[in-house]
Amino acid sequence: MDSLKVGDRRVLERNDFPSLFRALSAKGYKVVGPTVRDGAIVYDHISGVDDLPIGWTDRQEAGKYRIERRNDDALFGYVVGPFSWKKFLYPPRERLWTAARDGDSFVVTPEPLDGAPLAFLGMRACELAGVAVQDRVFMGGPVVDPGYAARRGRILRIAVQCGQAGGTCFCVSMGTGPGVQKGADVVITEILDGSRHYFLVEVGSTEGAAVLSGVPLKPAASDDPAKAQAVVGRAAAAMGRTLDTEGIHDLLLKNLEHPRWEIVAKRCLACTNCTMVCPTCFCSNQEEVPDLSVEKVERWRRWDSCFNLGLTEMHGQAVRRSQLSRYRQWLTHKLAGWHDQFGTSGCVGCGRCITWCPVGIDLTEEVAAIRTAPMRSAATSEGKK
Amino acid sequence: MVTDARAFGGHSHGTGVPAGHPYAPRPFVVRARTQETPDTVTLRMEPRIPGDRLSFKGGQFNMVYVFGVGESAISISGDPAHPEELVHTVRAVGKITNKLASLTPGAVVGIRGPYGQGWPLDSARGRDLVIVAGGLGLPPLRPTIYDIFRHRESFGRIEIVYGARTPKDLVFAEEVRTWLPKSDLRVQTTVDAAGRDWYGDVGVVTTRLPAARFDPANTTAFVCGPEIMMKLTAQALAERGVPSEAIWLSMERNMKCAFGFCGHCQYGPSFVCRDGPVLPYKTLAPLLAVKEV
Amino acid sequence: MTATQSEAIADRVLRHPFFVGIDPTLVHAMVAKAEERTYDVGEVMVREGRPAEEFFLVLEGKIALEIGAAEHPGITVETIEPGEILGWSWLVAPYRWRFDARAVKPTKVIALNAAAARYALAAHPAFGYEFLMKFLPVVAERLENTRVQLLDIHGH
Repeated sequence: MDSLKVGDRRVLERNDFPSLFRALSAKGYKVVGPTVRDGAIVYDHISGVDDLPIGWTDRQEAGKYRIERRNDDALFGYVVGPFSWKKFLYPPRERLWTAARDGDSFVVTPEPLDGAPLAFLGMRACELAGVAVQDRVFMGGPVVDPGYAARRGRILRIAVQCGQAGGTCFCVSMGTGPGVQKGADVVITEILDGSRHYFLVEVGSTEGAAVLSGVPLKPAASDDPAKAQAVVGRAAAAMGRTLDTEGIHDLLLKNLEHPRWEIVAKRCLACTNCTMVCPTCFCSNQEEVPDLSVEKVERWRRWDSCFNLGLTEMHGQAVRRSQLSRYRQWLTHKLAGWHDQFGTSGCVGCGRCITWCPVGIDLTEEVAAIRTAPMRSAATSEGKK
Repeated sequence: MVTDARAFGGHSHGTGVPAGHPYAPRPFVVRARTQETPDTVTLRMEPRIPGDRLSFKGGQFNMVYVFGVGESAISISGDPAHPEELVHTVRAVGKITNKLASLTPGAVVGIRGPYGQGWPLDSARGRDLVIVAGGLGLPPLRPTIYDIFRHRESFGRIEIVYGARTPKDLVFAEEVRTWLPKSDLRVQTTVDAAGRDWYGDVGVVTTRLPAARFDPANTTAFVCGPEIMMKLTAQALAERGVPSEAIWLSMERNMKCAFGFCGHCQYGPSFVCRDGPVLPYKTLAPLLAVKEV
Repeated sequence: MTATQSEAIADRVLRHPFFVGIDPTLVHAMVAKAEERTYDVGEVMVREGRPAEEFFLVLEGKIALEIGAAEHPGITVETIEPGEILGWSWLVAPYRWRFDARAVKPTKVIALNAAAARYALAAHPAFGYEFLMKFLPVVAERLENTRVQLLDIHGH
């Protein structure tokens, strides 16, 4: 078999898909991928093709999610579920270090950073973008998170291009999909064409090439790339939402006292679902956990949310006390502040926050409402008494 | 299980705390304790690890750790020219600071830092300087005031205004008195309320500004204290003609990580821990005007 | 008082920051019976509850305004500086002082007679308007400062 180079395209037959699992295992990867559980398509450790959501799809709308059977046996015929890959790179609970008393002093032992390499099977374009956003947060500045960097350094990204859009998707508006541009080690497009069921596989990196060398691949036909494009094109044409991002940074930051915030605040429960399902949200808290004798302690980090009152607690009370202020913080950070902090939007257009909001709040609708009737330029100025 | 310190890109100082792990505190020993006011204590510390030292700029802060209890963000209040001694002035208001305020010499605390942007003293060279401190706002300014005394000739007129709740709440009261007779700067002290034994000014710090002499267009101001005090002071200075990009405030927010990862300290688009705590009024003015930002 | 002494006081009143910009001829009506006074450290200038028959332009020194009763004796809530004006109780019924005022430094003031001032303001409405429009910002600023003091920003 000729050795694969980045950019090469080959075909993998459906019947040969199990060999991908074997090739990953041979290279030492544990596979994390989609599977059906508890009425949803979630990401978890899987061992073979049979764990995939074969023949399942999802139906999503604001505040609604359910899975249903397809009329074919597509392996990847769904969109995005409640989980993102965030939980594997940036776990909801992580022990940072342990410490023990040492006479009057103490000794800190950081948590070991080794772990199994993981192959993320089934990354959507928006999810790749989400990982890239979190890369900037945790590795792009003067401080690098050791745990995130270690885990991130040993994943293999196997992307799957979307052939359909979810009811709440808007990756086209955010420029993150549905086609996979960059960032994947392997890009797979599932093609169901009459009786044929196969995958167009593109090599995205040398690591991807190394894994694929153990998989029986055939040459791609001349029209296979076009078929793959058509698959992506179907998804692009069926976006559930749009978000006009023109000037959105200033639009939001100059409208902090817009009446729309009152309207959405009456609906928001501050339940934190949106921040948990969002692939880029990163707020965390730290906990000091002593043992009973306080001779040993553990320092844990766990996910937090800007919707939690305790996040801004200072001198005994929260700075952002009202629901309004917390929803406003989330939205303005995600779509505006993120640009100042990290040079990109914080939103990748996956639609999860819309789907998983119990009251169906839709950030695209909120932004559109402000854009339609922005406040006149700020009445507040320096020196006003 | 022993961890390979090289994973963190640095070498250990011999105690198993690898350099460069962002979340791990280093041990410091308390050498002296001074009760400044009924609820405020200054702790002078030394690194426990030989050769360790904490170089800092005035306005920066550390996360100060009490084993088994937790961490609190506290400004450094010592002299930047003497980094071998770490000084923190702590007001006892919560679980951790109450514990810190009760420590005695020999106790060991953990330090992570220094963090944040300090007072931009370089930008004030050749200009008049107005320094306004309210309550516990003086400790974060003291390191920079020491720098100013060392380079007095680099600045124009210097006006210091310090206000506290009552005379007994004035931090560093005796030390501030030694600043008063310096003929080349002016110090005004005021309190919100006083008894018969106080012969000084009574009123909020902004009431002292009309008496301060400076050329507004050529002035830099450093303001530190409760947020409402900083807001009113900055407004008063701006109204008098000090450019808003030359007025600096030290913002305070809830902090956990202190390096921009935990998201707690955000104020508008800024991470107070990393982009601040010292920030220009030009950036802050639109946010200070909005509630619950 | 001689005419020249009266002139001298009128002159000092005109130069006081509070009166700058006011028509000098109108000020003369107000400074009838005005006199310069000094107070030693600790000397009480006015007492709460007494009739407010005067108000003061502060020339030198420092004056503490004190309120209190029973378990809160004598709390100084404000100090008044040279260039400022002390006393507005004379303008508002029942024309009684609302605080004690004590010199905390050797202090020199011009004491203006309240009755003469009220008469001058009533007799010359335009002057009255100008005077009150200068007075109001002083009271407004004191109110604003007092509100901030009320917040007790240093007490967590």
